[in-house]
Order: sequence, then C-alpha cells, then structure tokens
Amino acid sequence: MLSRTADNLFWIARYMERAETAARLLEVGSRIALLPSAAGYRNEWDSLLQASGNADAFARKYGDPVQRNIESFLFFDRDNPSSVASCITTARENGRIVRTALTAQVWDALNTAFQELRHLERTPRSELELSRLTEWTMRHAAMVRGAIEATLLRNDGWDFLNLGYNLERADNTARLMDVKYYVLLPKVEFVGSGLDNYQWTTLLRAMSAHRAFHWAYGGEVTAAKIAHFLILNPQCPRSLITCVEEISTHLNRLAKAYGTKSEAQSSAQEMLAALEATKVEDIFDEGLHEFLSRFIREVAGLGSLVHDTYLSGDMR
Amino acid sequence: MTQYFNEMYQTGKVRQPYARLEDWMKAMPAALRTLKQAEAEDLFRRIGITFAVYGEGGDPDRLIPFDMFPRVFTGAEWARLEKGIKQRARALNAFLVDVYQRGEIVRAGRVPSRLVYQNEAYEKAVAGIKPPKGVYSHIVGIDIVRTGPDDFFVLEDNCRTPSGVSYMLENREIMMRMFPDLFRGNRIEPVEKYPEILRRTLASVAPDKCNGDPVVVLLTPGHFNSAYYEHSFLADLMGIELVEGQDLFVEGEFVWMRTTEGPKKVDVIYRRIDDAFIDPLCFRPDSMLGVPGLMDVYRSGGVSICSAPGAGVADDKAVYTFVPEMVRFYLGEEPILQNVPTWQCGKQDDLRYVLDNLAELVVKEVHSSGGYGMLVGPKATKEQVESFRAKIMADPGNYIAQPTLALSTTPTFVAEGVAPRHVDLRPYCLVGERIELVPGGLTRVALTEGSLVVNSSQGGGVKDTWVLAE
Repeated sequence: MLSRTADNLFWIARYMERAETAARLLEVGSRIALLPSAAGYRNEWDSLLQASGNADAFARKYGDPVQRNIESFLFFDRDNPSSVASCITTARENGRIVRTALTAQVWDALNTAFQELRHLERTPRSELELSRLTEWTMRHAAMVRGAIEATLLRNDGWDFLNLGYNLERADNTARLMDVKYYVLLPKVEFVGSGLDNYQWTTLLRAMSAHRAFHWAYGGEVTAAKIAHFLILNPQCPRSLITCVEEISTHLNRLAKAYGTKSEAQSSAQEMLAALEATKVEDIFDEGLHEFLSRFIREVAGLGSLVHDTYLSGDMR
Repeated sequence: MTQYFNEMYQTGKVRQPYARLEDWMKAMPAALRTLKQAEAEDLFRRIGITFAVYGEGGDPDRLIPFDMFPRVFTGAEWARLEKGIKQRARALNAFLVDVYQRGEIVRAGRVPSRLVYQNEAYEKAVAGIKPPKGVYSHIVGIDIVRTGPDDFFVLEDNCRTPSGVSYMLENREIMMRMFPDLFRGNRIEPVEKYPEILRRTLASVAPDKCNGDPVVVLLTPGHFNSAYYEHSFLADLMGIELVEGQDLFVEGEFVWMRTTEGPKKVDVIYRRIDDAFIDPLCFRPDSMLGVPGLMDVYRSGGVSICSAPGAGVADDKAVYTFVPEMVRFYLGEEPILQNVPTWQCGKQDDLRYVLDNLAELVVKEVHSSGGYGMLVGPKATKEQVESFRAKIMADPGNYIAQPTLALSTTPTFVAEGVAPRHVDLRPYCLVGERIELVPGGLTRVALTEGSLVVNSSQGGGVKDTWVLAE
C-alpha cells in the first residue's frame, strides 16, 4: 500500500488512543484532587500536566492549573494537539483521507464521534459533567476499536493500525504511571501510606483495571503489585509488556507479508525479551521514574524506526 | 413568453418514456415522499458523497441536493445522442493531436491561429508530442441541453477533468435501493460498468515502455479539494491507488510511487489536478501538488497522463464555436449535435449585436466555469446588465454571448408536490483504444422555479438519468 495510506492509518489509531488517554488523565486528576494532600490541591493538577508533557503549553495559555482550565485544555482546546477534540478531529480527517482503506463501519464510528463532538462543543459547559466527557470519549474510542476488529480485513493496513494503537498505548501507560511519580515528589515519606494507596487505586481506576487487578492479585494494593500489573503482566491489556508484544507481533506479520526483515522488528523483539527478563525489584532498583523515562524513550525510538521503514516512503 | 419543452407532458399527454413514472408518482403519498427523501439524504451522507467546502464555516461536508424524480431518454433518443457525442469526442481529440503537431486546421484557415497558439491553455511544453493512441482527452464531458423533441445543443465541452461522474453512479445506486420496483417495471440500461470501462480506457493508453499489466493511479490535489470524495470513490471502484503529488517521485526515466514495500513504477496517471500544478519544474514553480520532473518523463514516453497536458485548448469557450468545423475537417462528416449559436464579442459585428441585445442574451467569460462570471440577460436587473456592458466593453475578447436557451424541463419534487424544473445533461465519453459511452450521464436540475442555472454552486441539484432499453 501507499506509504501515506499506511501513515494515515497509523495516525488514526494513535490519535484515537491519545484521545482516550487525555480522558483518562482527566479522570485520574479529578479523583486525586478529591483527596487532601501535603502539597495542596493545585500541585496535583500540575503534576498531571507534567506527566502528560504539556505543562509549559498549558501555563503559557491558562496560567494557574485550576480544574476548569485543565478540562478545557485536555478536552476542548484545539490549540492543544493532544486534547480529546483535536485528537478525534485529526483521527477523523485521517480517516476521510483513506476512506477506501476503511470499512463503512469504521468510517461510521470515526464520523459519528466527530459529529457528536461538534455537538458537545456547542453544549453549555455547565451541562457537561467531567465524568460524562470521559465516558463519552472512552465509549467512542471503543466503538472505533470494535469496528476495526470486527470488520476490517486483516491485511497490512490492519497491522499499521495496530502498531499505532500499541505504540501510543505503551507510551501513554508509562506516562500515566509517571503521574504518580510527580504527585509524590518530593515527599518520599508518603510511600506506603494510605494516601499512597489511594493514589495507586485511582490510577488503576483510570485504566479501567481496578477490578481486574483485584482478581489477579487480591489483597492489599502495593506499589510493587501495581508496577508488576501495569508493566510486566501480559494479561493486562494496557501493560507495557502487552503493548510491546503486540507491536512485535504486527511487525513480524509485516515482515512476513513483505518478505523483508526490518530493524524495527528486531528492535521490538529485543525490547520484549528484556521486559520478559525483568523482575519488579529490578524496576524499583532502577527507580520507577527512571525506568519509565527510559521506556518512553525506547518506544519513541521504535516509533521512528516504524516511520522510517514503512511510513516515510523514502527510498531504502 | 418562452415555451419550454416539458420532457414528460406534451399538450397534456404523458410522453411514452415517462408513462410508468406517472403511476409511480401518483401512487406516492406526500408522507412517503418525505420519508424517502430523508432516506436518500441519509444514504448520501453515510456513503459519504459530499463535496467539501472549506473556509466558509459551518459543516464542511455538504450534500448536493438529490431529486428522486428520474430523467428519462428513450433508446432511440439515446442512440442519436451517443453517435453525436462520440463524433464530437473524436473530433476534439483529432484537433488536439493536430494543433500540437502540424496545425493543419489552422493552416487551412478553418480555425484562427490566434485562438489556438495564443490561447492560455495551449501548452508549448507538449508541442510535437503525440500521446499513446493519439488521445489527449480521455474523458470528454459534453454538456448538452434540450429544447425540443429532437433538438439537442452542446453548451460546452470539458476536455480536461470533467467531474460529477460519481453522482451518475451513486444516484443510480440510491434509486435502485429505494425503488427496486421501478427498475423491475422499466428496462433501464445499467451505468455501473463505468469504472471498469474507465480503467480499461486508462490502461489502454499505457506508454510503449510499459510491459506487463500497466499500473494506473489517480492523482488528486488532496483531501481539501472539493471533489476529493469523487476521487477516492473512483479510485476505489477501479481498484487503483489514490495518490497525491507527494506520493510520487521521478527517478531515472520513470515515475514511482512510495509504498510500504518500496518504490513501485507508475505507468498511467489519471490526474484530477490542473496542468499548471502537475510539475513545478515545468509549470507553476510554487505548486506543492505536483511531481517535479513529471513532464520530462512524460515527454520521453515513460508515463501517460490523462488527460494529456494541453488538452484544455480544445474546450475553451472561444474554440467551442469551431467544433462543428473540426467534425467536418477531420472526420469529413456533418456534426450530429449542434452548437448553440454564439457571438464572439472579440468580433466587431458580433460585439455590436451583443451590446444591442444584452437583455436577451446569456454572456459568459471565455475562461470561466461553474456558472460564475456570467450574465443571464432576461433574469438580470437593469443595473446588472449595465455593469456587465461596461465589463464587456473593457475587454470584448474575453466574452461570448449566446441566446437564452429554452432549456427543457422535467418533473421535479418540490415543496408543493411535483413541478417542472429546467435540466441539462453531462454524459462522460471515454476515449482510449476504443471510444465508449455508458448509457446515461449526470442530469443537473435548477431547483429554483424559473432558474436556468443548473450548477451546484448556484443552487442546482442532480437526478438519476435513465436510458430505456429498446
């Protein structure tokens, strides 16, 4: 297929996943903010922006991180390329460009999200609960995802969509976990406290993994269990290892279909092998924040390899 | 009071091709009609036939109004039209080959040299080139109006990239879905083979250097173009890649497209962008839409471009006057389809006549399209006529004038029920190794009562167009 078509498909997936993450970030933030904390209300939202990598852009436009402004910034703001509104609009525009590579159902799902978004944008903000916005986003993200899984031909286009989803999700899960780091910093004495556990639980909720975690681990919520669940557990759909495994699978499929091995493919295999060999103690020895930062860098590197190999269309 | 030919009713009686439609119309209660109209609109939106209008605010995806009342031709009427259309398409292509070679028709004094060689659309860059199979214009859209039972006139020719064919196909698709009974009761010639024939036509003009199955692509200016839907629709139906300029590059003596599996050679480019934009090295240097070096490959026979660069010189409104002459000169035949009588404001006598009769005439700019920049004398206010008079006198060569044609009407659904509205017809003639025409075309209808302007930009709609099997 055309490199540009592959690129459009890849970015439909990335933007839909990113929209979902923006909504999840909002959810984490609003829940964490409901608790009193050492640093105070304002610092919590700030940490959320830090983790999403948007703190500077936000400060420039809005100044103080109060909830309403953060909602505007993360959901409605067209100047923020990672807001839900920007992501859904861009995903849908990418979809319009490659209409012929999508089934009617996938297009319908993308287009419906976009049309409803325009409606939301015209609704007075006083009528829009934060929870309604986050649920709305997750519902539409699920509809697009479902349409892709249920109706799309499993050809190379499907692989590029899945690469987009999983690269974005790997990055986003790591960033969401990092919120925790910023929230706690620099009060190390909070580790293991009731507040600490509450924050971890909130994180799980935001990833719709709260129940699943209890089924899988039972008992008390500890940092080690959560890190294991969200990083190393291949059963968890958003864990880093699951994402890397999916990335590796789809790169293998592409290499097979095209009959050429790629650097991206071997790089993904190495990352997967390294994660499989990692124990949760190793992560805490390295430092969770350091581990996550390194992981985010590696995922970005993998993304560039995919781009150079398949999406750029440069002569190789 | 002008008498308009009503294609359904003549002196109170229903004309034969519309006989069954009268029963259909009468059997349809108003409520059902509203329901069906909504259903059609929904289908259009879902399938995605919209034309995008950016930069005007509001919903960027607009629908062209669709009228459910079909427009019908008998087999015999069509047979004559088909002959005339194909004849004209052949003559136009012969003219194009000629003016880029020896220019015999100019030497013979049948077409003024100035109109050809000083025409903006004449591309010196392709002089001397004879494209594969001697075809410059592969899709010829000929706009035809009807004024009586046997009176058809060509309003204009479109030799570059006539648009709208997706509506011909989708209008039919939607009518068949909504009113299957109509199609069981009437024997209507199908139009669905158009994409297949188009692909065959394009493949048939692959360059000699191409061995094996030619790779055909559709080159679009991109998704911000108002006709992007049509581009993606046609590419999909033909099973060819829809490319933008950035997807193509020139290397060695060929054009390549960038794919996930590396470069792939392209043999035929069905381009939906204007000459000026296809190669920044040859034409407009600021064009971001084209492919640098494309024209070099084209000139050396490494790729075919459809329509061929330079085809526009045959469809300008001043050259139009000479098409009947082309038919006689190249084919040695009498033209089957007539031109509308046209006055060239560049000629002294014609100009005088036009200025004296401005309120009765339709005046058009020579290079305009889409119903813009024209004066419909009988419908214009005194001020409009006078301001147009000033424009003509300032630059007479830029204007032509025609009598206000009594465009035929067909029944059309309107708020109050069914009423006659004016229509025209654009069939799409395909020219490659063979000349082919699917039985049908795009009927455009002026939805405003009394209006003679059918362009979608000016409140026009579209209808399904039937040709009955004999």
